[in-house]
Amino acid sequence: MNAIATPQAPPQPPSHEPSYLAVENTVRSWLLTTDHKRIGILYMISITLFFLVGGAAATLMRLNLLTPQGALVTSTTYNKLFTIHGVIMVWFFLIPSVPTVIGNFVLPMMLGARDVAFPRLNLASWYLFIGGGAFALWAIIAGGVDTGWTFYTPYSSTYANGHVIAMATGIFIAGFGSIATGLNFIVTVHKMRAPGLTWHRLPLFVWSMYSTSVILVLATPVLAITLVLMALERAFGIGIFDPAIGGDPLLFQHLFWFYSHPAVYIMILPGMGVVSEIIACFSRKAVFGYYFVAYSSVAIAVLGFVVWGHHMFVSSQSIYAGMVFSILSFLVSIPSAIKVFNWTATLYRGSIWFQTPFLYVLGFIGLFTIGGLTGLFLAALAVDVHLTDTYFVIAHFHYIMVGGMVMAYLGGLHYWWPKISGRMYPELLAKLSALFIFAGFNLTFFPQFILGYLGMPRRYHAYAPEFQVLNVLSTAGASILAIGYFLPLAYFLWSLRYGKVAGPNPWQATGLEWTTESPPPEHNFTVVPIVTEPPYAYDPVAAEEALAAKREQREPAYVR
Amino acid sequence: MTALLAVWFLPERASDIAREVDALFYGLLVLCGIIAIGVCAAVIVFCLRYRQGSNATRQAEQKTIPLEITWSAIPLVIFIALFIWAGAVYFHMSKPPDNATEIHVVGKQWMWKIQHPTGRREINEIHLLINQPVKLLMTSQDVIHDVFVPAFRTKQDVLPGRYTIEWFTPIKTGDYHLFCAEYCGDGHSRMGGWVHVMAPDAYAKWLADTSTTESVVAAGARLFQARGCAGCHGPNATVHAPPLNGIFGHPVALSTGKTVIADEQYIHDSILQPKKDIVAGYPDNLMPTYQGQLGEEEVMELIGYIKALGSTSGGVP
Repeated sequence: MNAIATPQAPPQPPSHEPSYLAVENTVRSWLLTTDHKRIGILYMISITLFFLVGGAAATLMRLNLLTPQGALVTSTTYNKLFTIHGVIMVWFFLIPSVPTVIGNFVLPMMLGARDVAFPRLNLASWYLFIGGGAFALWAIIAGGVDTGWTFYTPYSSTYANGHVIAMATGIFIAGFGSIATGLNFIVTVHKMRAPGLTWHRLPLFVWSMYSTSVILVLATPVLAITLVLMALERAFGIGIFDPAIGGDPLLFQHLFWFYSHPAVYIMILPGMGVVSEIIACFSRKAVFGYYFVAYSSVAIAVLGFVVWGHHMFVSSQSIYAGMVFSILSFLVSIPSAIKVFNWTATLYRGSIWFQTPFLYVLGFIGLFTIGGLTGLFLAALAVDVHLTDTYFVIAHFHYIMVGGMVMAYLGGLHYWWPKISGRMYPELLAKLSALFIFAGFNLTFFPQFILGYLGMPRRYHAYAPEFQVLNVLSTAGASILAIGYFLPLAYFLWSLRYGKVAGPNPWQATGLEWTTESPPPEHNFTVVPIVTEPPYAYDPVAAEEALAAKREQREPAYVR
Repeated sequence: MTALLAVWFLPERASDIAREVDALFYGLLVLCGIIAIGVCAAVIVFCLRYRQGSNATRQAEQKTIPLEITWSAIPLVIFIALFIWAGAVYFHMSKPPDNATEIHVVGKQWMWKIQHPTGRREINEIHLLINQPVKLLMTSQDVIHDVFVPAFRTKQDVLPGRYTIEWFTPIKTGDYHLFCAEYCGDGHSRMGGWVHVMAPDAYAKWLADTSTTESVVAAGARLFQARGCAGCHGPNATVHAPPLNGIFGHPVALSTGKTVIADEQYIHDSILQPKKDIVAGYPDNLMPTYQGQLGEEEVMELIGYIKALGSTSGGVP
């Protein structure tokens, strides 16, 4: 019988060492750990808490929008809610999600390394993240901020009440955590690869994390500078953005989107990496067009820096600038399209195993495709004029960030959960919750495309009565989505104690992370793996033969 | 149900540009629909056909290059075509025709202040004559706002310290939503009202039913005298200040050696921030600033007057 998959290196000999979870279990040992896996867990716990905060804000917003008058909260509160939701979800959940949790946990293992290049810097990143998060939470508790996550000037710098500077400080500090993580990953990929692990033998998740890290390092400083300038104008009245004191309000938008558009790719590229890993494993086939998928990540990272002006088609920037940004925005969608086509082609002639991670990937492909295609509407200048700043935009980026990134994050968590915890999650319940999330998500956000086309502006506490039906549908969808999100939280915790023991490689996957024990020992590998294979040496034919042989064993031929 | 679908997919289309935008929108919808359905159909068919244990043929290795080239090149061609189409409509949207009626719009937290050429003022409402192109000259007194009329499919940010322009030709009578589409603080969702597109007789009646007697140009002329502009810029002035007759829309040589066109923005800035651009041959401390003394609406009236000076080349009335 052939092997279903050839791992990149032979399985590790037993380590006889306690796993990373069992090494020492004091609070101190966790808070001072430099183990990339434990830091990944610290991030997982922290971003889950932030997700609950951001989700609570979204829940209140959706409830408020059940009636056109916005009867639940006042407009002031509503404005603070969408600011909390945006700030927390973007900077304290989405940007760290896949990179700091899954990236921290599996990236060094995929490289055959014992840790990241700078383990203490890695821990420092988490403390910066927590420090920034503390500022943001303090700003919320102390009375909130109502600028929106975009902090547009001169509203934020001159007119807004509330703790704008505290909130900006939180993002500023957390940003340094991002920069350090990005730097750490770049150096780790360059310097810590196992013998034989050439660049073109890297799993595609590594390529996407590498591209993401480059964006983190290059773009985040621009955000830091922009927030400092905004705070200087607000605190000391130095005229930078407010025309009343000699500034230029558009300058802020240019600087902000110069960071925030690449940041959109920080919020999707890692998810694309996760999808490539999972789709290969569960279709038992190498990812179609490895080079194209790998280099399209790099292309996205590069092109992502030159499309920021498509957020500003109606801002009064020059119409010629608008044209340049429009064509570049169309071009940046090509590498994304290439990825979708390659994933689809990967399924062709594979041997598809419907496990929960794969269901999330199917969800990702469908929702990301819709999110990406609706991006074309927004790149098309004249259509963007009508759609920008409406619910169409809200729906579009939620399809990318929630439909794409959160689906990928959850898919990745399910895929690597056996490695992280050593236990299996309950499969049936997990499939059910994936279904809830997919259905709830579509019911929440699809009506918002129509709302946007009909002209409902975003950030509205109250709205015209004709928009009510679609808003009620959206709120109904959000409640299904909420159930879908709570289920994994519950069964992941349950599985820690009661889940079936997973073993080193429950999916029979090829990556180096699967050659070691689950959960892995503190230093991941007992012997340094020597890589002799490209990634994804899966064999769908052998997989089918193995399956048939197994069936044969269970039920003799004459029964059939 | 069909009525609901009509409302959802065929919203009011009340400007000439709305047709062009909708054509593009539906073009994109069909194209993207085909791509999305194609991808989803392929995924579903592959998932069913190649599910574990099915009788399909499996294969580990495949040729990739011809497919990669195909599915990179075809979108590229389509995207360039879409860009050109959308760019052409956008260009049309950005260039108001010469015969457009100019209406002044000042946004402030949280209301829209409108002034028609006749001098008539409105708040949160704009009455328009059907089939007459309209150009909104807009600015903000505080933060960034945005004039959005979904039925016209147009939208334009309204910035402090800067003039922006939005134009359209209403083609259907009725009342349409006016929204603020750029978040501007507490009352953002209340900052809106209605655009009323009226047939000629109804519009004439609306125009007649007014107590306003002073047109924008007349109001500007009054301000020009009352605020002391005429003392230096008038025909009999003793102070040596740049003459303003015929200046609008024409190049002005600056002391820096640059030349600018005297547009609305230039005159606005010359009144409020006179030190910004000094006309060649004049001292830089001659003109006092009117920052804080003139509101944005008054500045717009003055500009209206200076424009009229340009077109009639007459003196101060």
